[in-house]
Amino acid sequence: MAKKSYRQAINEAIAQEMRRDENVLLWGEDNAGGAGAKGEDDAWGGVLGVTKGLYPEFGPDRVLDTPISESAFVGAAAGAAATGLRPVVELMFADFMGVCFDQIFNQAAKFRYMFGGKAVTPLVVRTMYGAGFRAASQHSQCLYSLFTHVPGLKVVVPSSPYEAKGLMIQAIRDDDPVIFFEHKVMYDEEEEVPDDPYTIPFGEANLTREGDDVTIVALGRMVGFANQVADKLEKEGISCTVLDPRTTSPFDTETLMECVEETGRVVVVDESNPRCSMASDISSMIAQDAFGALKAPIKMVTAPHTPVPFAPELEDLYVPSTAKIEAAVRATFA
Amino acid sequence: MQFNREQLLEAYRSMRTIRDFEERVHEEFSGGGIPGFVHLYAGEEASAVGICSHLDNRDMIASTHRGHGHCIAKGVDVPGMMMEIYGRRNGVCGGKGGSMHIADLSKGMMGANGIVGGGPPLICGAAMTAKYKKTGGVAVAFVGDGGSNQGTTLESYNLANVWNLPVIFVVEDNGYAESTASGWSVSGTQLDRAKGFGMPGVEVDGHDFFAVHEAASECIDRARNGDGPSLMHVKLNRFFGHFEGDAMTYREEGEIQRVRAERDSLKIFRARVTEMALLEDAQLDEIDAQVAALIDQCVKESENAAAPSEADLLTDVYVTY
Ligand SMILES: Cc1ncc(C[n+]2csc(CCOP(=O)(O)OP(=O)(O)O)c2C)c(N)n1
Repeated sequence: MAKKSYRQAINEAIAQEMRRDENVLLWGEDNAGGAGAKGEDDAWGGVLGVTKGLYPEFGPDRVLDTPISESAFVGAAAGAAATGLRPVVELMFADFMGVCFDQIFNQAAKFRYMFGGKAVTPLVVRTMYGAGFRAASQHSQCLYSLFTHVPGLKVVVPSSPYEAKGLMIQAIRDDDPVIFFEHKVMYDEEEEVPDDPYTIPFGEANLTREGDDVTIVALGRMVGFANQVADKLEKEGISCTVLDPRTTSPFDTETLMECVEETGRVVVVDESNPRCSMASDISSMIAQDAFGALKAPIKMVTAPHTPVPFAPELEDLYVPSTAKIEAAVRATFA
Repeated sequence: MQFNREQLLEAYRSMRTIRDFEERVHEEFSGGGIPGFVHLYAGEEASAVGICSHLDNRDMIASTHRGHGHCIAKGVDVPGMMMEIYGRRNGVCGGKGGSMHIADLSKGMMGANGIVGGGPPLICGAAMTAKYKKTGGVAVAFVGDGGSNQGTTLESYNLANVWNLPVIFVVEDNGYAESTASGWSVSGTQLDRAKGFGMPGVEVDGHDFFAVHEAASECIDRARNGDGPSLMHVKLNRFFGHFEGDAMTYREEGEIQRVRAERDSLKIFRARVTEMALLEDAQLDEIDAQVAALIDQCVKESENAAAPSEADLLTDVYVTY
């Protein structure tokens, strides 16, 4: 199996689905790079080059640039999805969701319910999230919790190249609107990824480590951090389960509860702000359904309740670190 | 309009400061000294300065992600800006905002903006404040050609007209939004758009300080007199990529060299004022030397300045906790 980056894995997933199904279209800012540019080979493939190569292969009927008008082009994708296409749109940075929030949470998310089950909205909105790029408050947020809150949306947070490919193919084949959160700091991370298309079902958590003492629930980029901590503590005889929910909506509560029952100790690691977050949501699920199994209070490791700061020193403190995760795990034994 | 020597020297100093600031940030960024995303304004100086030289501290501007030039033209502290770009504690925003979020409300600078199209609605609000409080102030929203397609911008055209606000919308059209050409992404023309909202509009060569200054003068007078908003379509070029690190595959071979040779607002300004014997080369050279020294000092001080401390992470989220 060849090693592929997170970026390549996502690119390959979209390419394979576009080859399989002619109704899959791709649009977003600077995808064709831009439409007035020189050669097709120069097409940008979006600002960080994730869809590079798709414009030369699929041409201008299927890979479209958009003006900078998120309400219009994300809303258009919702409308196209409801009428027979399967658009994959890039909404560059998750922060820009603010511009088109109505089209996502009042329109796309609700068609099926409001129309009494008489609509499907096979839409994928790809977006980049996360801190670590020195990009400050308006380009660094971790907003999956916000979308998880809205019924009708599916929310995917892949934690590695392998996961990203399988989840992207699933997202494109899914008949509901999916918000696909790609961590911008992970694009160059590599691992072995099969060449053939494969899917990873939504709502099935993945256990990247299995242990007896503590369950670390981690999302997206934090899964890698949790694995490092688990590997380190293993040597000291503390054995951790690392649970990657993969999708925050739907959410695999069953596997979560099984892990909590087995270990009795829980640390939830979430890069987003702590209030009304995935971390607080997961903690409350555990408190409701597995309180009796707990041997220690649940620990949350999150960013602080602040916007993302610019100064490198502050941003490094902002992002949950392996040291903080390790300390939280140890604290469950206190 | 007649200019006195002081005004001309001031305009030149402002444009030269923007140019040197940008060239130097480009250099330091390439050397790894500056973190984050940096979008340079070099090449567009005459627009910011031509417009802002009409404004004072009552007047507000809202900028874009390409905000350094607007900040300097509006009088934001230059050493403080450099500190901010370096993420230092003594930066104008305490190191929390960085290049894309530089603001100083006391100077009438409502902020660079990481969100394309974020500025025009804010500027309608600033104009409302000026109108309601009868400060005599006007408000200027800078957007790019890309930003001119954002719904927020078009909604602001309508709102400003409906409320008869003292607003000037300035579309700085450098031909590209990231890699996407404005010729492709903008349907119709900027002036027709203005007309569609019942708003006067003017197109101007953004490399010519005098042309920009004159066009702005009309729009600003109109706003100050209570006659409502107008639009300026300023055509110009940027000397660098969309952001630092952009390979610019979407630009023509030799385009930048050509633009730098033929459409350099500083050279055009200098030629004009010396030919007309309004200023002498020696005076302008002196400003060049002063600005060079200032920028040098800004960089040195920024390199050596202290970073914010851990406690700063949690401050400024709310006024009261
Ligand atoms: C809402 C939103 N969408 C997309 C972006 C990404 N982005 C930043 S600058 C830019 C291009 C802006 O072009 P233009 O308005 O013409 O200004 P210029 O860069 O040419 O000065 C884009 C697409 C953003 N920051 N905000």
